[in-house]
Amino acid sequence: MSTTYYTDEHEWLRVDGDIATVGITNYAQEQLGDLVFVDLPTVGANVEQGDDVVVVESVKAASDVYAPASGEVLEVNEALANEPALVNSDAEAAGWLYKMKLSKPAELDKLLDLASYTAQIS
Amino acid sequence: MGAFAGYDMPLFYPLGVMKEHLHTRASAGLFDISHMVHVEIAGSQAAALIERLCPYAASDQELNSSRYTFFLNDQAGIIDDLIITRLADLRYLIVANAGCAEKDVAHIKANAASFDVSVTVIPRGFLALQGPEAEAVLSSHGFFVAEIDFMTGVEPKPGWFLSRSGYTGEDGFEIAMPELDCESFARALLSDERVVLVGLGARDSLRLEAGLSLYGQDLSDSITPHEAGLIWAVPKELRTGGSFIGAEALSEKIAAGRMRMRVGLVPEGRMPVRAGALLLDESGAEIGAVTSGGYGPSIESGVALGLISVLAAEGLIFADVRGKKIPMQRAKLPFVPHQYKR
Repeated sequence: MSTTYYTDEHEWLRVDGDIATVGITNYAQEQLGDLVFVDLPTVGANVEQGDDVVVVESVKAASDVYAPASGEVLEVNEALANEPALVNSDAEAAGWLYKMKLSKPAELDKLLDLASYTAQIS
Repeated sequence: MGAFAGYDMPLFYPLGVMKEHLHTRASAGLFDISHMVHVEIAGSQAAALIERLCPYAASDQELNSSRYTFFLNDQAGIIDDLIITRLADLRYLIVANAGCAEKDVAHIKANAASFDVSVTVIPRGFLALQGPEAEAVLSSHGFFVAEIDFMTGVEPKPGWFLSRSGYTGEDGFEIAMPELDCESFARALLSDERVVLVGLGARDSLRLEAGLSLYGQDLSDSITPHEAGLIWAVPKELRTGGSFIGAEALSEKIAAGRMRMRVGLVPEGRMPVRAGALLLDESGAEIGAVTSGGYGPSIESGVALGLISVLAAEGLIFADVRGKKIPMQRAKLPFVPHQYKR
Protein backbone atom coordinates (compact mmCIF):
# COMPACT_ATOMS: atom_id res chain seq x y z
CA MET A 1 0.00 0.00 0.00
CA SER A 2 1.66 3.22 -1.11
CA THR A 3 1.09 6.76 0.10
CA THR A 4 1.51 9.81 -2.13
CA TYR A 5 2.92 13.05 -0.75
CA TYR A 6 3.26 16.46 -2.39
CA THR A 7 5.52 19.47 -1.84
CA ASP A 8 5.17 23.24 -2.09
CA GLU A 9 7.63 23.01 -4.98
CA HIS A 10 5.20 20.87 -7.00
CA GLU A 11 6.82 17.48 -6.65
CA TRP A 12 5.08 14.25 -5.77
CA LEU A 13 6.50 11.21 -3.97
CA ARG A 14 4.86 7.84 -4.00
CA VAL A 15 6.22 6.01 -0.95
CA ASP A 16 6.16 2.26 -0.50
CA GLY A 17 8.09 1.19 2.61
CA ASP A 18 11.35 3.16 2.44
CA ILE A 19 11.30 3.45 -1.37
CA ALA A 20 9.92 6.62 -2.97
CA THR A 21 9.15 7.33 -6.62
CA VAL A 22 9.51 11.04 -7.39
CA GLY A 23 8.05 13.23 -10.11
CA ILE A 24 6.62 16.68 -10.78
CA THR A 25 2.90 17.35 -10.55
CA ASN A 26 0.55 17.81 -13.44
CA TYR A 27 0.16 21.43 -12.35
CA ALA A 28 3.95 21.90 -12.62
CA GLN A 29 4.15 20.45 -16.13
CA GLU A 30 1.31 22.75 -17.24
CA GLN A 31 3.25 25.75 -15.96
CA LEU A 32 6.51 24.63 -17.59
CA GLY A 33 5.08 23.81 -21.00
CA ASP A 34 6.52 21.33 -23.51
CA LEU A 35 9.61 19.62 -22.12
CA VAL A 36 12.48 18.85 -24.47
CA PHE A 37 15.05 17.44 -22.06
CA VAL A 38 15.23 16.06 -18.53
CA ASP A 39 18.62 16.02 -16.83
CA LEU A 40 18.37 13.15 -14.34
CA PRO A 41 20.60 12.38 -11.35
CA THR A 42 23.24 9.64 -11.28
CA VAL A 43 22.11 6.31 -9.89
CA GLY A 44 23.81 5.84 -6.54
CA ALA A 45 23.96 9.54 -5.74
CA ASN A 46 23.12 10.52 -2.17
CA VAL A 47 20.90 13.58 -2.06
CA GLU A 48 19.70 15.81 0.74
CA GLN A 49 16.20 17.22 0.92
CA GLY A 50 16.19 20.53 -0.98
CA ASP A 51 19.18 19.73 -3.26
CA ASP A 52 18.82 20.50 -6.99
CA VAL A 53 18.79 16.99 -8.39
CA VAL A 54 16.91 17.21 -11.67
CA VAL A 55 16.73 19.90 -14.34
CA VAL A 56 13.66 19.91 -16.57
CA GLU A 57 14.10 21.90 -19.75
CA SER A 58 11.26 23.36 -21.76
CA VAL A 59 11.74 25.02 -25.15
CA LYS A 60 12.27 28.30 -23.37
CA ALA A 61 13.89 27.63 -20.01
CA ALA A 62 15.64 25.25 -17.65
CA SER A 63 14.06 24.71 -14.22
CA ASP A 64 15.51 22.97 -11.17
CA VAL A 65 13.60 20.22 -9.42
CA TYR A 66 14.53 19.87 -5.74
CA ALA A 67 14.83 16.59 -3.87
CA PRO A 68 11.63 16.37 -1.79
CA ALA A 69 13.38 14.09 0.69
CA SER A 70 16.87 12.76 1.51
CA GLY A 71 18.17 9.43 0.33
CA GLU A 72 20.00 7.44 -2.32
CA VAL A 73 18.96 7.48 -5.97
CA LEU A 74 18.17 3.88 -6.97
CA GLU A 75 16.85 4.21 -10.49
CA VAL A 76 16.05 6.92 -13.05
CA ASN A 77 13.31 6.91 -15.68
CA GLU A 78 15.34 5.97 -18.78
CA ALA A 79 12.30 6.44 -21.02
CA LEU A 80 12.64 10.21 -20.57
CA ALA A 81 15.93 10.24 -22.48
CA ASN A 82 14.09 9.70 -25.76
CA GLU A 83 10.68 10.98 -24.75
CA PRO A 84 10.88 13.89 -22.29
CA ALA A 85 7.31 14.81 -23.27
CA LEU A 86 6.13 11.85 -21.15
CA VAL A 87 6.34 14.30 -18.25
CA ASN A 88 3.80 16.49 -20.05
CA SER A 89 1.45 13.72 -21.08
CA ASP A 90 1.55 11.68 -17.86
CA ALA A 91 3.34 13.67 -15.14
CA GLU A 92 2.10 11.66 -12.18
CA ALA A 93 2.63 8.14 -13.57
CA ALA A 94 4.69 7.24 -16.69
CA GLY A 95 6.52 10.59 -16.43
CA TRP A 96 8.15 9.77 -13.06
CA LEU A 97 11.71 11.04 -12.67
CA TYR A 98 13.61 8.77 -10.26
CA LYS A 99 13.28 6.30 -7.40
CA MET A 100 15.09 6.73 -4.12
CA LYS A 101 15.69 4.90 -0.86
CA LEU A 102 14.68 7.30 1.88
CA SER A 103 17.31 7.93 4.55
CA LYS A 104 15.21 10.24 6.73
CA PRO A 105 11.60 9.02 6.55
CA ALA A 106 10.62 11.53 9.24
CA GLU A 107 10.94 14.25 6.57
CA LEU A 108 7.71 12.94 5.06
CA ASP A 109 5.72 14.24 8.03
CA LYS A 110 6.14 17.81 6.84
CA LEU A 111 5.02 17.15 3.26
CA LEU A 112 1.50 17.75 1.95
CA ASP A 113 -1.30 15.34 1.25
CA LEU A 114 -3.36 15.60 -1.92
CA ALA A 115 -6.07 17.72 -0.30
CA SER A 116 -3.65 20.35 1.04
CA TYR A 117 -1.67 20.42 -2.21
CA THR A 118 -4.82 20.84 -4.27
CA ALA A 119 -5.94 23.65 -1.98
CA GLN A 120 -2.58 25.33 -2.46
CA ILE A 121 -2.66 25.42 -6.26
CA SER A 122 -6.32 26.37 -6.61
CA MET B 1 3.74 34.85 -17.95
CA GLY B 2 7.20 36.23 -18.37
CA ALA B 3 8.58 39.69 -17.68
CA PHE B 4 10.01 41.29 -20.82
CA ALA B 5 11.19 44.89 -21.03
CA GLY B 6 8.74 45.94 -18.32
CA TYR B 7 5.80 44.13 -19.90
CA ASP B 8 4.18 40.96 -18.58
CA MET B 9 3.88 38.77 -21.63
CA PRO B 10 2.57 35.23 -22.02
CA LEU B 11 5.37 32.78 -22.73
CA PHE B 12 2.84 30.49 -24.33
CA TYR B 13 -0.88 30.20 -24.95
CA PRO B 14 -2.93 27.01 -24.45
CA LEU B 15 -1.45 25.30 -27.52
CA GLY B 16 2.05 25.34 -25.98
CA VAL B 17 5.40 26.55 -27.33
CA MET B 18 6.07 23.51 -29.49
CA LYS B 19 2.78 23.55 -31.40
CA GLU B 20 2.72 27.35 -31.64
CA HIS B 21 6.17 27.22 -33.21
CA LEU B 22 5.36 24.43 -35.67
CA HIS B 23 2.01 25.95 -36.61
CA THR B 24 3.72 29.24 -37.49
CA ARG B 25 6.08 27.44 -39.88
CA ALA B 26 3.23 25.39 -41.39
CA SER B 27 0.37 27.91 -41.51
CA ALA B 28 0.24 31.25 -39.66
CA GLY B 29 1.00 32.53 -36.16
CA LEU B 30 -0.21 35.80 -34.65
CA PHE B 31 2.10 37.65 -32.24
CA ASP B 32 1.27 40.65 -30.07
CA ILE B 33 4.36 42.83 -30.41
CA SER B 34 2.77 46.05 -29.15
CA HIS B 35 5.69 46.46 -26.75
CA MET B 36 7.89 47.56 -29.67
CA VAL B 37 8.59 51.25 -30.10
CA HIS B 38 7.50 53.36 -33.08
CA VAL B 39 9.20 56.70 -33.62
CA GLU B 40 8.44 58.93 -36.58
CA ILE B 41 11.09 61.36 -37.82
CA ALA B 42 9.70 64.05 -40.11
CA GLY B 43 10.94 67.32 -41.54
CA SER B 44 13.27 68.79 -44.13
CA GLN B 45 16.34 67.21 -42.49
CA ALA B 46 14.83 63.82 -41.58
CA ALA B 47 17.19 61.93 -43.91
CA ALA B 48 20.19 63.91 -42.63
CA LEU B 49 19.38 63.04 -39.02
CA ILE B 50 19.03 59.34 -39.84
CA GLU B 51 22.31 59.41 -41.74
CA ARG B 52 23.92 60.83 -38.60
CA LEU B 53 22.35 58.14 -36.39
CA CYS B 54 22.61 55.09 -38.67
CA PRO B 55 25.19 53.64 -41.09
CA TYR B 56 23.22 53.85 -44.35
CA ALA B 57 22.22 56.37 -47.01
CA ALA B 58 18.71 57.31 -45.86
CA SER B 59 18.50 60.08 -48.45
CA ASP B 60 18.75 57.45 -51.23
CA GLN B 61 16.31 55.03 -49.58
CA GLU B 62 13.41 54.17 -51.88
CA LEU B 63 9.95 55.22 -50.82
CA ASN B 64 8.20 52.47 -48.83
CA SER B 65 11.34 50.39 -48.50
CA SER B 66 12.33 49.12 -45.07
CA ARG B 67 15.90 48.86 -43.94
CA TYR B 68 17.54 46.86 -41.15
CA THR B 69 20.11 49.05 -39.40
CA PHE B 70 21.46 50.14 -36.00
CA PHE B 71 22.22 53.04 -33.74
CA LEU B 72 25.93 52.83 -32.90
CA ASN B 73 27.80 54.49 -30.07
CA ASP B 74 31.13 56.24 -30.65
CA GLN B 75 32.93 52.91 -30.08
CA ALA B 76 30.78 51.32 -32.84
CA GLY B 77 28.94 49.22 -30.25
CA ILE B 78 25.28 48.62 -31.03
CA ILE B 79 22.88 50.83 -29.03
CA ASP B 80 19.93 49.09 -30.69
CA ASP B 81 19.02 47.31 -33.91
CA LEU B 82 16.09 48.76 -35.83
CA ILE B 83 13.99 48.72 -38.95
CA ILE B 84 13.50 52.07 -40.66
CA THR B 85 10.88 52.57 -43.37
CA ARG B 86 10.73 55.62 -45.60
CA LEU B 87 7.03 56.51 -45.60
CA ALA B 88 7.34 59.78 -47.56
CA ASP B 89 10.11 62.00 -48.91
CA LEU B 90 10.51 63.72 -45.57
CA ARG B 91 9.07 61.15 -43.20
CA TYR B 92 10.62 57.97 -41.78
CA LEU B 93 9.34 55.40 -39.27
CA ILE B 94 11.78 53.76 -36.86
CA VAL B 95 10.66 50.51 -35.23
CA ALA B 96 12.89 49.70 -32.26
CA ASN B 97 13.17 47.25 -29.37
CA ALA B 98 11.01 47.69 -26.28
CA GLY B 99 13.96 47.15 -23.94
CA CYS B 100 15.84 50.03 -25.59
CA ALA B 101 12.92 52.49 -25.76
CA GLU B 102 14.21 55.03 -23.27
CA LYS B 103 17.80 55.18 -24.42
CA ASP B 104 16.78 55.16 -28.10
CA VAL B 105 14.40 58.07 -27.75
CA ALA B 106 16.96 59.98 -25.66
CA HIS B 107 19.64 59.28 -28.28
CA ILE B 108 17.41 60.46 -31.15
CA LYS B 109 16.31 63.60 -29.32
CA ALA B 110 19.83 64.50 -28.20
CA ASN B 111 21.00 64.40 -31.81
CA ALA B 112 17.84 65.88 -33.34
CA ALA B 113 18.36 69.26 -31.68
CA SER B 114 20.61 70.53 -34.47
CA PHE B 115 18.38 69.26 -37.31
CA ASP B 116 15.11 70.61 -38.68
CA VAL B 117 12.98 67.59 -37.74
CA SER B 118 10.16 66.54 -35.47
CA VAL B 119 10.52 63.37 -33.40
CA THR B 120 7.25 61.68 -32.42
CA VAL B 121 6.84 58.51 -30.40
CA ILE B 122 3.64 56.85 -31.59
CA PRO B 123 1.88 54.62 -29.06
CA ARG B 124 -0.08 52.00 -30.96
CA GLY B 125 -1.00 48.36 -31.24
CA PHE B 126 1.41 46.19 -33.20
CA LEU B 127 0.76 42.64 -34.40
CA ALA B 128 2.85 40.23 -36.44
CA LEU B 129 1.25 37.60 -38.65
CA GLN B 130 3.91 35.13 -39.73
CA GLY B 131 3.96 31.96 -41.79
CA PRO B 132 3.20 30.65 -45.27
CA GLU B 133 -0.54 31.40 -44.96
CA ALA B 134 -0.03 34.98 -43.72
CA GLU B 135 -0.51 36.56 -47.15
CA ALA B 136 -3.73 34.61 -47.85
CA VAL B 137 -5.14 35.37 -44.40
CA LEU B 138 -4.50 39.11 -44.65
CA SER B 139 -5.91 39.17 -48.17
CA SER B 140 -9.13 37.60 -46.93
CA HIS B 141 -9.33 40.33 -44.25
CA GLY B 142 -9.27 43.22 -46.70
CA PHE B 143 -5.53 43.86 -47.05
CA PHE B 144 -4.26 43.45 -50.59
CA VAL B 145 -0.75 42.46 -49.71
CA ALA B 146 0.19 40.12 -52.57
CA GLU B 147 2.02 42.94 -54.37
CA ILE B 148 4.03 43.97 -51.33
CA ASP B 149 7.62 42.70 -51.35
CA PHE B 150 9.72 41.64 -48.38
CA MET B 151 11.05 44.66 -46.45
CA THR B 152 8.44 47.04 -47.82
CA GLY B 153 6.14 49.13 -45.61
CA VAL B 154 2.95 51.04 -46.40
CA GLU B 155 0.18 52.95 -44.62
CA PRO B 156 -3.03 51.15 -45.62
CA LYS B 157 -5.29 53.51 -43.62
CA PRO B 158 -4.72 56.60 -41.49
CA GLY B 159 -2.85 55.61 -38.33
CA TRP B 160 -1.98 52.15 -39.69
CA PHE B 161 1.35 50.78 -40.87
CA LEU B 162 1.88 47.44 -42.58
CA SER B 163 5.18 45.91 -43.64
CA ARG B 164 6.25 42.59 -45.08
CA SER B 165 8.78 41.65 -42.43
CA GLY B 166 9.11 39.69 -39.25
CA TYR B 167 11.24 37.83 -36.77
CA THR B 168 10.62 34.18 -37.57
CA GLY B 169 12.39 33.55 -40.89
CA GLU B 170 8.97 32.96 -42.47
CA ASP B 171 7.14 35.14 -44.93
CA GLY B 172 4.88 37.45 -42.97
CA PHE B 173 3.70 40.90 -42.01
CA GLU B 174 3.88 43.33 -39.14
CA ILE B 175 0.84 45.55 -38.75
CA ALA B 176 0.57 48.62 -36.53
CA MET B 177 -2.74 50.31 -35.77
CA PRO B 178 -4.40 52.70 -33.33
CA GLU B 179 -4.61 51.01 -29.91
CA LEU B 180 -8.42 51.04 -30.02
CA ASP B 181 -8.48 48.97 -33.21
CA CYS B 182 -5.96 46.37 -32.10
CA GLU B 183 -8.06 43.93 -30.10
CA SER B 184 -10.86 43.66 -32.64
CA PHE B 185 -8.38 43.20 -35.48
CA ALA B 186 -6.52 40.51 -33.55
CA ARG B 187 -9.80 38.72 -32.80
CA ALA B 188 -10.79 38.88 -36.46
CA LEU B 189 -7.50 37.30 -37.52
CA LEU B 190 -7.78 34.64 -34.79
CA SER B 191 -11.25 33.70 -35.98
CA ASP B 192 -9.52 32.41 -39.12
CA GLU B 193 -8.79 28.72 -38.62
CA ARG B 194 -5.36 29.09 -40.25
CA VAL B 195 -4.20 31.40 -37.45
CA VAL B 196 -3.10 30.61 -33.88
CA LEU B 197 -1.95 32.97 -31.15
CA VAL B 198 1.77 32.62 -30.36
CA GLY B 199 3.59 33.64 -27.17
CA LEU B 200 7.06 34.88 -26.37
CA GLY B 201 8.50 31.37 -26.05
CA ALA B 202 7.91 30.42 -29.68
CA ARG B 203 8.81 33.93 -30.81
CA ASP B 204 12.25 33.22 -29.34
CA SER B 205 12.62 29.67 -30.74
CA LEU B 206 11.47 30.82 -34.21
CA ARG B 207 13.91 33.73 -34.38
CA LEU B 208 16.72 31.59 -33.02
CA GLU B 209 16.23 28.92 -35.71
CA ALA B 210 16.16 31.78 -38.24
CA GLY B 211 19.55 32.94 -36.90
CA LEU B 212 18.18 36.38 -35.99
CA SER B 213 19.85 38.32 -33.20
CA LEU B 214 18.08 39.46 -30.05
CA TYR B 215 19.19 42.75 -28.57
CA GLY B 216 20.29 42.34 -24.96
CA GLN B 217 21.48 38.78 -25.62
CA ASP B 218 23.27 38.55 -28.97
CA LEU B 219 23.77 42.29 -29.39
CA SER B 220 24.86 44.93 -26.91
CA ASP B 221 26.56 48.28 -26.74
CA SER B 222 29.93 46.55 -26.44
CA ILE B 223 29.47 44.36 -29.54
CA THR B 224 30.12 45.82 -33.02
CA PRO B 225 28.12 44.91 -36.14
CA HIS B 226 31.30 43.28 -37.45
CA GLU B 227 31.58 40.97 -34.42
CA ALA B 228 27.85 40.29 -34.47
CA GLY B 229 27.95 39.02 -38.06
CA LEU B 230 25.79 41.94 -39.19
CA ILE B 231 28.27 43.95 -41.23
CA TRP B 232 26.15 43.14 -44.32
CA ALA B 233 23.76 45.80 -43.03
CA VAL B 234 26.44 48.50 -43.43
CA PRO B 235 27.02 49.54 -47.08
CA LYS B 236 30.60 48.86 -48.21
CA GLU B 237 31.48 52.53 -48.77
CA LEU B 238 30.47 53.35 -45.18
CA ARG B 239 32.68 50.67 -43.63
CA THR B 240 35.84 52.67 -44.30
CA GLY B 241 34.49 56.10 -43.53
CA GLY B 242 31.28 57.96 -43.02
CA SER B 243 29.76 60.72 -40.94
CA PHE B 244 27.45 58.59 -38.82
CA ILE B 245 28.10 58.25 -35.10
CA GLY B 246 30.62 55.44 -34.62
CA ALA B 247 31.98 55.62 -38.19
CA GLU B 248 35.57 56.23 -37.14
CA ALA B 249 35.62 53.43 -34.55
CA LEU B 250 33.90 51.05 -36.96
CA SER B 251 36.43 51.60 -39.75
CA GLU B 252 39.34 51.30 -37.28
CA LYS B 253 37.95 48.10 -35.84
CA ILE B 254 37.32 46.61 -39.26
CA ALA B 255 40.91 47.48 -40.29
CA ALA B 256 42.35 45.99 -37.09
CA GLY B 257 40.35 42.79 -37.53
CA ARG B 258 37.72 41.52 -35.18
CA MET B 259 38.71 39.62 -32.05
CA ARG B 260 35.35 37.92 -31.61
CA MET B 261 32.81 36.51 -34.02
CA ARG B 262 29.30 35.21 -33.91
CA VAL B 263 28.77 31.54 -34.69
CA GLY B 264 25.83 29.18 -35.01
CA LEU B 265 26.17 26.07 -32.85
CA VAL B 266 24.28 22.81 -32.50
CA PRO B 267 24.88 20.85 -29.30
CA GLU B 268 25.48 17.11 -29.48
CA GLY B 269 22.73 15.14 -27.78
CA ARG B 270 19.40 16.41 -26.57
CA MET B 271 20.38 18.78 -23.79
CA PRO B 272 19.71 22.41 -24.74
CA VAL B 273 22.59 24.81 -24.19
CA ARG B 274 21.32 28.22 -23.13
CA ALA B 275 22.46 31.84 -23.00
CA GLY B 276 25.31 32.37 -20.59
CA ALA B 277 26.88 28.92 -20.98
CA LEU B 278 30.65 29.27 -21.33
CA LEU B 279 32.27 27.96 -24.49
CA LEU B 280 35.58 26.12 -24.15
CA ASP B 281 38.22 24.78 -26.49
CA GLU B 282 39.63 21.27 -26.35
CA SER B 283 42.01 22.17 -23.53
CA GLY B 284 39.18 23.58 -21.46
CA ALA B 285 40.20 27.22 -21.95
CA GLU B 286 37.37 29.72 -22.22
CA ILE B 287 36.86 30.97 -25.79
CA GLY B 288 33.50 32.72 -25.49
CA ALA B 289 29.91 32.22 -24.44
CA VAL B 290 26.51 31.26 -25.74
CA THR B 291 24.46 34.43 -26.26
CA SER B 292 21.16 32.72 -27.14
CA GLY B 293 20.31 29.06 -26.95
CA GLY B 294 17.44 26.69 -26.60
CA TYR B 295 15.56 24.02 -28.45
CA GLY B 296 14.57 24.30 -32.10
CA PRO B 297 11.25 22.49 -32.60
CA SER B 298 11.58 22.53 -36.42
CA ILE B 299 15.09 21.10 -36.54
CA GLU B 300 14.39 18.92 -33.50
CA SER B 301 17.63 19.66 -31.73
CA GLY B 302 19.29 22.26 -29.59
CA VAL B 303 20.31 25.49 -31.32
CA ALA B 304 22.59 28.24 -30.08
CA LEU B 305 24.29 31.45 -31.10
CA GLY B 306 27.67 32.09 -29.58
CA LEU B 307 30.25 34.84 -29.52
CA ILE B 308 33.75 33.32 -29.64
CA SER B 309 37.35 34.34 -30.11
CA VAL B 310 38.26 34.26 -33.81
CA LEU B 311 41.41 32.34 -32.85
CA ALA B 312 39.24 29.43 -31.69
CA ALA B 313 36.91 29.37 -34.69
CA GLU B 314 38.51 26.40 -36.40
CA GLY B 315 38.99 24.20 -33.33
CA LEU B 316 36.66 21.96 -31.37
CA ILE B 317 34.09 23.79 -29.27
CA PHE B 318 32.48 22.61 -26.05
CA ALA B 319 29.84 24.20 -23.86
CA ASP B 320 29.94 23.96 -20.09
CA VAL B 321 26.44 23.11 -18.86
CA ARG B 322 26.22 22.50 -15.13
CA GLY B 323 29.76 21.12 -15.19
CA LYS B 324 29.19 18.83 -18.18
CA LYS B 325 31.23 19.44 -21.33
CA ILE B 326 28.87 19.28 -24.30
CA PRO B 327 30.47 19.05 -27.78
CA MET B 328 29.13 21.80 -30.06
CA GLN B 329 29.09 21.57 -33.86
CA ARG B 330 29.50 24.77 -35.87
CA ALA B 331 26.43 25.28 -38.07
CA LYS B 332 25.66 27.64 -40.92
CA LEU B 333 23.10 30.34 -40.13
CA PRO B 334 20.18 30.34 -40.44
CA PHE B 335 19.47 26.91 -38.96
CA VAL B 336 16.15 26.89 -40.87
CA PRO B 337 16.12 28.48 -44.36
CA HIS B 338 14.41 31.85 -44.65
CA GLN B 339 11.17 31.90 -46.64
CA TYR B 340 11.10 35.61 -47.42
CA LYS B 341 9.16 36.73 -50.48
CA ARG B 342 11.45 38.84 -52.59
